[in-house]
Amino acid sequence: MTPKSGNQSSDEVMHRHGMGAAGDVLLRVEHLTMRFGGLVAVDDLSFEARQGEITALIGPNGAGKTTVFNCITGFYKPSEGRMGLCHGDAAIWSELNALTESGKRGIRKDGNGLYLLERMPDYLVTQDARVARTFQNIRLFPGMTVLENLLVAQHNSLMLASGYTLFGIFGLPSYRRAERASIDRARDWLDRVGLIHRADDPAGDLPYGDQRRLEIARAMCTDPVLLCLDEPAAGLNPRESAQLNELLLGIGNDHGISILLIEHDMSVVMEISDHVIVLDYGVKISDGAPDAVRNDPKVIAAYLGVADDEVEKVEAEVGL
Amino acid sequence: MREGAAPGRIDTVAALRDAAITTLLAFGLFLPLIGFQTVVNIRNELVLDTRWPLLFGIVAAVGVTRLAYSFLFVPWLERFKERPMAVTPPVWLGLIRDWFTPFAIGFVIVYPVIVIATSGWGGALKWVDNFGIQILIYVMLGWGLNIVVGLAGLLDLGYVAFYAVGAYSYALLAKEFGFSFWILLPLAGVMSSFWGILLGFPVLRLRGDYLAIVTLAFGEIIRIVLINWVDLTNGYAGISGIPRPSFFGLPFDASDEGFAATFGLEFSPIYRTIFLYYLILALAFLTAFVTVRLRRLPVGRAWEALREDEIACRSLGINTTNTKLTAFAIGAMFAGFAGSFFAARQGFISPESFTFLESATILAIVVLGGMGSQIGVAVAAVVMIGGTEIMRELEFLKYIFGPSFDPTQYRMLLFGFAMVTIMVLRPRGLVSTRTPSVFLKERKAIPADMVKEGHG
Ligand SMILES: Nc1ncnc2c1ncn2[C@@H]1O[C@H](COP(=O)(O)OP(=O)(O)OP(=O)(O)O)[C@@H](O)[C@H]1O
Ligand SMILES: [Mg+2]
Repeated sequence: MTPKSGNQSSDEVMHRHGMGAAGDVLLRVEHLTMRFGGLVAVDDLSFEARQGEITALIGPNGAGKTTVFNCITGFYKPSEGRMGLCHGDAAIWSELNALTESGKRGIRKDGNGLYLLERMPDYLVTQDARVARTFQNIRLFPGMTVLENLLVAQHNSLMLASGYTLFGIFGLPSYRRAERASIDRARDWLDRVGLIHRADDPAGDLPYGDQRRLEIARAMCTDPVLLCLDEPAAGLNPRESAQLNELLLGIGNDHGISILLIEHDMSVVMEISDHVIVLDYGVKISDGAPDAVRNDPKVIAAYLGVADDEVEKVEAEVGL
Repeated sequence: MREGAAPGRIDTVAALRDAAITTLLAFGLFLPLIGFQTVVNIRNELVLDTRWPLLFGIVAAVGVTRLAYSFLFVPWLERFKERPMAVTPPVWLGLIRDWFTPFAIGFVIVYPVIVIATSGWGGALKWVDNFGIQILIYVMLGWGLNIVVGLAGLLDLGYVAFYAVGAYSYALLAKEFGFSFWILLPLAGVMSSFWGILLGFPVLRLRGDYLAIVTLAFGEIIRIVLINWVDLTNGYAGISGIPRPSFFGLPFDASDEGFAATFGLEFSPIYRTIFLYYLILALAFLTAFVTVRLRRLPVGRAWEALREDEIACRSLGINTTNTKLTAFAIGAMFAGFAGSFFAARQGFISPESFTFLESATILAIVVLGGMGSQIGVAVAAVVMIGGTEIMRELEFLKYIFGPSFDPTQYRMLLFGFAMVTIMVLRPRGLVSTRTPSVFLKERKAIPADMVKEGHG
């Protein structure tokens, strides 16, 4: 149990950043369907991600996990479905149906906000709804330095500070202050991911594991409420993988940021996630706490690749 | 024994086969081009003449050159490439790197003085006008296009269109309404960037080759409109009698109110030329200064990030359409400035000045200079434009090749040769490293192989 005083102060932090109380619903995905021609990559998927939790999305190759991410972050327009995201007090969820009717992308009310992600283009999902993501095949800016990568992530706040370039071009002090602040922020993140000594090197020069961590730091520099990570542990060695667990838990605890995680590495999933959703051929086959999901016969069958009627046989074999 | 050359050894069979193929190709190509000639004989009939000696001479020369390439040039190139990079570059290289820019800036500022001192008032006119001003116009255009191509990574083959818009804006507004150069200069920039945005809106969804083709078409459309809208632009005949810029109200003429009379000098056309030189120098410096500043601002970083990875940009909340549009608009604005200067300097413009060749030249300057590098682009402009101007000075070649030899005719050939050479030796341009826009401890140059070129 965390002491009461600690809880209060972290609540304060959350409210300052426009976040709700831990445990409230942050993201609600309803009947999400994505078709590519005849292929149904995601089929009528509904789930919720809660504030301050790590929600894992797992499933065999080709199950449609990345497609779900692409829908949430606006890179794909879903064929059907609704994806609501809430900033601040969960009471604003009561506006969801009114918002859907109104045809608007989102509403803001007394510092709280509600957004319909399927209506937003990709860059607004990050800018307004504050959902950040990383990619399964790392997408850094290889020819820019590590520090520059983190400054590009703070583009929107810096753009505002530079008066959409006008103040910046005359080198006004207000812009220079803002730039220093964003460099400090970048420096903090570089410290956390242990890359401060590489700050002035091109990002393309970093070893693979460092690139993964840099991409997470870069996503964090956009100041998100929800961080979507697509297989962050892929290609990491056990030591790096353990470091990653620590980093992700830290992001959740210190910043109150919620994480949506795609991962094949079960040691990562079981150790850090609060809630696991399992996809197979675009359909949700299990949803619950890590332990419950681990023992779900349907999940075992999906991972071992057997037909449903053989599940019992497999269960017997694996000793369930 | 295994086939294929060991490293450092020359594969004689392959080289001979190569030379044979090249010779055959040259024969096929030159047989109709050089082997036959139509001549009008004494009875005024058109007859076919053959030129076997010339044909075989050239074909043999091609074959021998190809052999020389395989046996001499390739091994030399290999050595050049294999030579290990010095761990610490020699001291003189560092000195050149540190002092080149200040030296170059100082040189261009005193350039007219040097020229007058060395070739007198009469001879200086040509050197300031044909070399100085001409090169600086292209330096400025190169720097402007560098924003679009080098920083944002958008391949624009129709950049000359914005140059034309600037020139015609100045020419028409100055003639119709008599506005001064100083009012019309910013106005021409605004007009050009307006057209840049207008073009950008529908086009910037396209990427890579498609963007290049559409911008190319746009450049041609503008030129064809200029040719055909005779009422406004006077078509092929162009616009003449464009008002020249004055020295803050003092015209450069022989009148009593003129520049020379006011300062108690004897009238001479060189004053105007020197004034124009410093004007374009100031405009070019403005372009460089703004570009350097923009690179350190969020918008400039977003341009470079866009060139590196557009999808990653979008995932960071950057509106890529707006970002591309600003690159297009700002690049076009500098072309507009340069265009209005061009019109004011020439006093006459016609669509002939705004052909695709101009776009290609400016793009070549950017590519040869090294995309994204200010100094590289400036040096490339000096080499390319100065080089073509120098060709006019090679009159002495007439003593070697006979009086009918015109060195400027071989301009394009040498041009192409120079480009191929640079691209072989320095595939990413003269200055290929990228300088980071910001640093924590130490500014380290980023090697070219890391930096992306952009996909449109
Ligand atoms: N843009 C697209 N066009 C057509 N089909 C697509 C597209 N994107 C994904 N798919 C298909 O959708 C299905 C789900 O792909 P997705 O990338 O979401 O799987 P995944 O769960 O992320 O798999 P992995 O674990 O291998 O990353 C696959 O069959 C894939 O071929
Ligand atoms: Mg995937």
